[in-house]
Amino acid sequence: MCALCGVLGGSDHWADTAPRPGVFTRNTGSLERRRERDRRVVAANRVLGAYGMRVADWQGVSLVLSTATGKTELVADLAHLWAAAERLRGQACDPLDPGLLTRLEAARG
Amino acid sequence: MVDFIPVHLITGFLGSGKTTLLQRLLADPALADTAVLINEFGEVGLDHHLLERIDETMVLLQSGCLCCTIRGELSHAMRNLYDRREAGTVPEFQRLVIETTGLADPFPILSTIQADPVLRHHFRLGNVVTTIDAVNADGQLDRQPEAVKQVAVADHLVLTKGDLADQTDRLMARIRGVNPAAPLWLASKDIDADALLTQRSEAVRFWTDTHEHRHDDGIRAFCLTFDEPLDWTVFGIWLTMLLHCHGVAILRVKGILNVAGTDTPVAVHGVQHLVHPPTHMAAWPDAERRSRLVFIVKDLDPALVDRSMRAFGGVPTVANAGANTGANTGANTVAA
Repeated sequence: MCALCGVLGGSDHWADTAPRPGVFTRNTGSLERRRERDRRVVAANRVLGAYGMRVADWQGVSLVLSTATGKTELVADLAHLWAAAERLRGQACDPLDPGLLTRLEAARG
Repeated sequence: MVDFIPVHLITGFLGSGKTTLLQRLLADPALADTAVLINEFGEVGLDHHLLERIDETMVLLQSGCLCCTIRGELSHAMRNLYDRREAGTVPEFQRLVIETTGLADPFPILSTIQADPVLRHHFRLGNVVTTIDAVNADGQLDRQPEAVKQVAVADHLVLTKGDLADQTDRLMARIRGVNPAAPLWLASKDIDADALLTQRSEAVRFWTDTHEHRHDDGIRAFCLTFDEPLDWTVFGIWLTMLLHCHGVAILRVKGILNVAGTDTPVAVHGVQHLVHPPTHMAAWPDAERRSRLVFIVKDLDPALVDRSMRAFGGVPTVANAGANTGANTGANTVAA
């Protein structure tokens, strides 16, 4: 845990799990872990952009979620991202919302 | 790296034969190195008295229903058992079986095992085995949402008391309607104990063969298939968001995935908001190399789930597949 901010190091999220026998993970080394974090930020921002939000990596251990109006929240990992986004947005972030899907489809071309 | 001890759950409604099944499983020499946790509901340890084989690797939990009142006790019991295993005061068991009460919702139990900061470094989730009483199951499925949920989240289903029921075909069809993805065993015939408590290719075949089934209370099972390799990063974002928002409605999700950049298939298993760590599979179960995702849901539209996955970019946009969200699903599923 970081003594300064209290952020827990390491992620418990299934898509970001530590290497174990038989487990599939991209966290096979520090470089691969970093690359995957970068890819995750890019992918999350494609969706968050539809809500006027974006996320950035913070020190390789957590994420900073921010809105267009400057509200920010530190997020430990992917497991907490969508709950934080809903708090900042004030309403649900529904991946089955047809309005969101139309925007994502238009962005993909 | 250490091997994790699989934790299997035996669940099923009251009187559905969980203890009898457990007795049969424990009698199998192949499962001699199994520790057991038994949960009880009420003052009298009835299940305990029914079990003939009580030894030092069997722990009795007596404070109430496992799913709602004694999750702390479950953690404590598992830690204690592990400590004793490490200290050599109990045999070095290779798997743990937990028998729940008939009223237990399996999800909080699975969640406890995965969320506990100590347990998750020593144990991993194994199979959920659900017993179904052939005589009384119809009424239980009608009236008890816990019974439907126990069937829906199962990796293996065991139909008990089939010899006492007049006919089981209709019940079996109904069970298949709730969970077509789990192998259905008949307790009156031989049960392969090893198959129930291990992940084997035969079980994988069942859930990759899943077609669409509807159940009359809004529960349905469907399979999404994707010809193109999946973007693992996007898939993680998408499934996390989907389960965050709709986890209560998604009773079960299982997938065998063709992940871009990975030669062997990747298996994912989830129960409501909980997803097990994804695992490498040694080989594809059949000639197909397509990703297949089986969902057991309550009141969710399969076409919308499929459209969402594609819109997020989980699979590359393909000219003849990207816009037609329902067609790909429909081509691979048929009505029950």
